[in-house]
Amino acid sequence: MIPVSEQLDRFFTEKMKDYPTQRSFLVPMLLYTQDELGYLSEEAIAYLAHKVGLSELEVRNVISYYSMLTTKPRGRYNVQVCTNICCQLRGAEELFEHCKQRLGIGHKGTTADGQFSLEEVECIGACSWAPAAQVNYEFHENLTPEKMDEVLEQYRRHG
Amino acid sequence: MADLVSHPDEVKVVSRRFGKGAAAIDRYLELDGYKAVQKALQQGPEWIVNEMKASSLRGRGGAGFPTGMKWSFVPKESAKPKYVLCNGDESEPGTCKDRLILEHDPHAVIEGVMIAALAVGAKTGFIYIRGEYRYLVDIMRKAIAEAYGKGFLGKNIFGSGMDLDVRWHTGAGAYEVGEESALMESLEGKRGNPRIRPPFPAVVGLWGGPTVINNVETLASVPHVVLGGGEWYANLGTPKNGGTRLFCLSGHVERPGVYELPLGYNLRKMIDEVGGGIWKGHKLKAVVPGGSSVPILKADEIDLAMDFDTLMKAGTFLGSGGVIILDDHTCIVKFCLRTTQFYQHESCGWCIPCREGTDWMKKTLVRFHAGGGIRRDIDNLNYLAENMLGRTFCPLGDAAAMPVMSMIKKFREEFEAHLEGRPCPFEAYGAAVEQVPVLA
Repeated sequence: MIPVSEQLDRFFTEKMKDYPTQRSFLVPMLLYTQDELGYLSEEAIAYLAHKVGLSELEVRNVISYYSMLTTKPRGRYNVQVCTNICCQLRGAEELFEHCKQRLGIGHKGTTADGQFSLEEVECIGACSWAPAAQVNYEFHENLTPEKMDEVLEQYRRHG
Repeated sequence: MADLVSHPDEVKVVSRRFGKGAAAIDRYLELDGYKAVQKALQQGPEWIVNEMKASSLRGRGGAGFPTGMKWSFVPKESAKPKYVLCNGDESEPGTCKDRLILEHDPHAVIEGVMIAALAVGAKTGFIYIRGEYRYLVDIMRKAIAEAYGKGFLGKNIFGSGMDLDVRWHTGAGAYEVGEESALMESLEGKRGNPRIRPPFPAVVGLWGGPTVINNVETLASVPHVVLGGGEWYANLGTPKNGGTRLFCLSGHVERPGVYELPLGYNLRKMIDEVGGGIWKGHKLKAVVPGGSSVPILKADEIDLAMDFDTLMKAGTFLGSGGVIILDDHTCIVKFCLRTTQFYQHESCGWCIPCREGTDWMKKTLVRFHAGGGIRRDIDNLNYLAENMLGRTFCPLGDAAAMPVMSMIKKFREEFEAHLEGRPCPFEAYGAAVEQVPVLA
């Protein structure tokens, strides 16, 4: 049994043919695996290592470099608040504090019901629409604490 | 997704198709799409490179290297396959332009990659998009599939007898990977540690083959250069600084946004007129004119033509086009700390001056801004920065050093004010600071 869906496994097999070496597609594979499983589990690492012909240690070595990758489970919605300079200039610190209070968790924390995680992140490329946050892959821009509450509420309702 | 803005002074070249639905291939074709690559096929590699040289298009990623010259460095004959690599790992704080291009005009990027490939004799191109931009990865995947569907990519493109493939790829969160050699490592499935140069990528790049690496905006400009001609493009800007570029206005302006303006546009005018001036009736304090890594300019230093050469003469860089505007309520020490914190976070640790330097600078600035500073810290910060500058494999070390050195040089009195008015004299403006004891 592989830890990912057969569909994802087939997608990896196909995509790997686009490259001259077996390991080349590893970084996207890690991210897409994480999207499906929520995090990179022991089983996922073993599967990917086997798939690209590397040792598990080498795969872990790659994982530790990339800030989006995690080997620990997170909430269903990962709230990533950018506090880098352009966002900071327009109130990102207050926004991040507000999220901490509202969710009752700190940086890289997860709510008890497993619905939300919170993360302070570096520049996400929304500098002209600051302050901004990403929830999973969705951008939310020109935020205020009030708008952030609405955003969180939307996800909460969505379940 | 991100809002579009406009201003009468804009000259729309790269942003010409923004908001017009050109991500769909049929719409792109209606708007002169894939005409440039057909013209390039007819005219041949030498003509393309010459037009690029005549256009004086310079790299829009930050370094400003002449694109035509970069392409001409690729050897004609090569035992290993040649590649074109499009750098869409946009992550320099202050920069959010490639996002708009990838969202609104992905086919222009594909076409740019194709033309670059024809110019250097590559058969494969890769478009690398940062992991956070997943919706843009999806847009690009669809665009590439459409181009294959029409037979524009694959075997015997446009009946030329030539084969050409373009692939998409994505990262997983790393500023450092925006650096060309780290980008290649990442595309090869590794940690994005930089490579030492020489050899340069044009000679030894992806999987050892000659590789051209260009920014998204650079490549999206290429079809316009090919269609309009190098001379036309060059004349839009200033001498040796051809064309237009997308300037990302951020920070304390009334109308932040991404505006396409000709190179050489006056910086003060860009802030006062295009950006609508400083917000809340405040005054201008400083501008970081080219992304977070470039030296800062004081309010009285901004009567400048925004092109690569003028800014270099003024002691800074045009960089990535991210223009960050700071009002007079901003604490420079805090701004310096947040900038440094970013580079410390992103340092890959491969080179010791960067790994140790960014960490000590950050630690010092945290303590300094929290009221625990000593006079010696100011010169010590500068010393740490000086010892990173030019002493690392990749420019991340320089990127971390330059802002710190420039802020200490130009705003030394503000650092000193933190010693007298502990913890931070700007606290009244909302900079909450937890005070720490003075060590010495």
